Amino acid sequence: MKHIISMLIENESGALSRVSGLFSARGYNIHALTVAPTEDESLSRLTLVTIGTAHQIEQIVKHLNRLIDVVKVIDLTEGPHIERELMLIKLSATGEFREEFVRLTDIFRGTIVDVTATTYTVQMIGETQKLDAYIAAIDPALILETVRSGAMGIMRGEKCLQI
Amino acid sequence: MELTGAQILIHFLEDEGVEHIWGYPGGAALPIYDALDTDAKELKHILVRHEQAAVHAADGYARSTGKPGVVLVTSGPGATNTVTGIATAHMDSTPMIVITGQVATDMIGLDAFQEVDTVGITRPIVKHNFLVKDVNDLAMTLKKAFYIATTGRPGPVVIDIPKDVQNATSTYEYPQEVELRSYLPVVKGHTGQIKKAVEMMLSAERPIFYTGGGVVMGEGSEELVKLVKSLGYPITQTLMGLGAFPADDKQNIGMLGMHGTYEANLAMHHCDVLIAIGSRFDDRVTGNIAKFCPTAKIIHVDIDPASISKNVVVDIPIVGPVQQVVQEMNTQLAKLNKKPNSEALQAWWSQIDEWRNVDCLKYDTSGSKIKPQAAVQAVWEVTKGDAYVTADVGQHQMFAAQYYTFNKPRRWINSGGLGTMGFGLPAAMGVQMAYPDATVLCITGEGSIQMNIQELSTCMQYGLPIKVVCLNNGFLGMVRQWQEFFYDRRYSMSYMDSLPDFVKLTEAYGHVGVRIDDPKTMKKQLEEAFALKDKFVFIDIITDQQENVYPMIPAGAGQNEMILV
Repeated sequence: MKHIISMLIENESGALSRVSGLFSARGYNIHALTVAPTEDESLSRLTLVTIGTAHQIEQIVKHLNRLIDVVKVIDLTEGPHIERELMLIKLSATGEFREEFVRLTDIFRGTIVDVTATTYTVQMIGETQKLDAYIAAIDPALILETVRSGAMGIMRGEKCLQI
Repeated sequence: MELTGAQILIHFLEDEGVEHIWGYPGGAALPIYDALDTDAKELKHILVRHEQAAVHAADGYARSTGKPGVVLVTSGPGATNTVTGIATAHMDSTPMIVITGQVATDMIGLDAFQEVDTVGITRPIVKHNFLVKDVNDLAMTLKKAFYIATTGRPGPVVIDIPKDVQNATSTYEYPQEVELRSYLPVVKGHTGQIKKAVEMMLSAERPIFYTGGGVVMGEGSEELVKLVKSLGYPITQTLMGLGAFPADDKQNIGMLGMHGTYEANLAMHHCDVLIAIGSRFDDRVTGNIAKFCPTAKIIHVDIDPASISKNVVVDIPIVGPVQQVVQEMNTQLAKLNKKPNSEALQAWWSQIDEWRNVDCLKYDTSGSKIKPQAAVQAVWEVTKGDAYVTADVGQHQMFAAQYYTFNKPRRWINSGGLGTMGFGLPAAMGVQMAYPDATVLCITGEGSIQMNIQELSTCMQYGLPIKVVCLNNGFLGMVRQWQEFFYDRRYSMSYMDSLPDFVKLTEAYGHVGVRIDDPKTMKKQLEEAFALKDKFVFIDIITDQQENVYPMIPAGAGQNEMILV
């Protein structure tokens, strides 16, 4: 099952490699990973998407907690949460597809953020599944480039991941 | 007080109470070595002959005393040579500090002379590591390192100090306290869980204690003995746990696992309540996980939450320090005023005694060759069972574990997790430094000893009266044994040809060498060798080449599927 594991880590060089190193050393899989500073400049927020059994996820969380640079860890998938991913996708848009991609992007509530005579660049935000569905709706031959941020998430309600 | 980074390091180590530091100088550590000369008062530096040995020596010191072992080396090859030692300490949870010199900060990343990414290389084999970029952070970083290395589940911590940071100056004050927001080791086990565990123990009909190195490291021996004695249950100890419970006590049914006793492994297989304390369900203990303790409810006490339910899912996990948890178990047991089921226990013991009567550790003594088992037993007799024993890795290690009866904790020092050949002699140096008047011996083989034989020179320089007991069978014995059992006797590369004359070699280093090849004179020769209290003696014992370690659970088999002879 897919899990979104979110953590606060010390904003220090090497902290990220401790996390990614743990995954490679113990044979866990990283499907996506995103990291950026928070409002507290001593902390970064790292979100990663992994796939594993309940037992594997439990081990992953325990081992993450053991890392000195990891301050706090949660498995977002355990409770209600909001998941978002950003995608920028460049499409070959000529002939009938210039109209078609405008309609399709509208249906998926995406935005065309750059236009040339032959291409559109579409920005889309949503759950990973939605982005996957948008890609699936397009002829692969017309997709020129895809950039995805990887999923990030936040707990619903008043609960927060903070120290 | 305004000091250089190098001086801060030396002052800090003295303020922290460090007495010994093992190391080897080099370019990027020269300012520290200079400060050692000018500023050190009590701190004693021991110059080894290879950096790997420095780490094993610090490891031996730490395992025998419980205090952190400290290592100092230079950058590049100095740092990479420590890697095997650090991994050894990490696998066996030894508290250790490794200080490495590094090229100056403005040279980092430029492929400078003797530059290596020490923090990157050691990251997977340390509890934590630091690169100190600012001399103002040095003292606090050192404090954090000692705190991390010695608390919770102990482990090695590496501190990489660039040369310009060693030369830069800062005011120094010993940091009395340290706080790490992301590191809060558990100091107390959950009372409710402990209560449940005690109740489960009392309800058992076929209970067994399975204890490991955590009891030794966590100073839990005294409380454990009290608990096991008051319940009257059988106890089996892992390779790392030997000595935490006296081996000569009747309740001790020997080591378990791949080369454990028949009675211990069968009792594990048939038990209904398994009380695991400071042990980690290692594959050498469990055998085939699918066949492990099929009828048992499992209680697991461990300081490290990540050890719980890692290999085997347990019923009652208790995260906490062994000493505190077992002490509370004793308190609750006394309060409950309930006794174990004596009828069931009696039946259980008679079953165990039946297994015991198989006498799985017996061996043939009729031949003219020295049996390695007999050699270990003779050493035990000559040292009255009261020595500190280090070992290398292989058959001799298993014979030592099986036949040297360990009755006290911290007396048996071996590389259990990583299985590092070359560990024994340098580890013995660390132990002898810690206990100058004690009998310290290293049980080794002619393969392992050659992996750090250069340390004979260190032993001469510091007058360390270690006794090396080399069980010399001319084979990489454990490799040969596996090849005999599982590879149709194709002895690929397991024969040790062109061995040196160990007696002459030892003498060349200025020590005493003895060769023993006759079972009849063995005891007397050993007595003579051990009588040389102030001398380093290398005892080369020529043993039966074909002897195997029994019993044995082949890899992938269950605990009840042992090869007996």
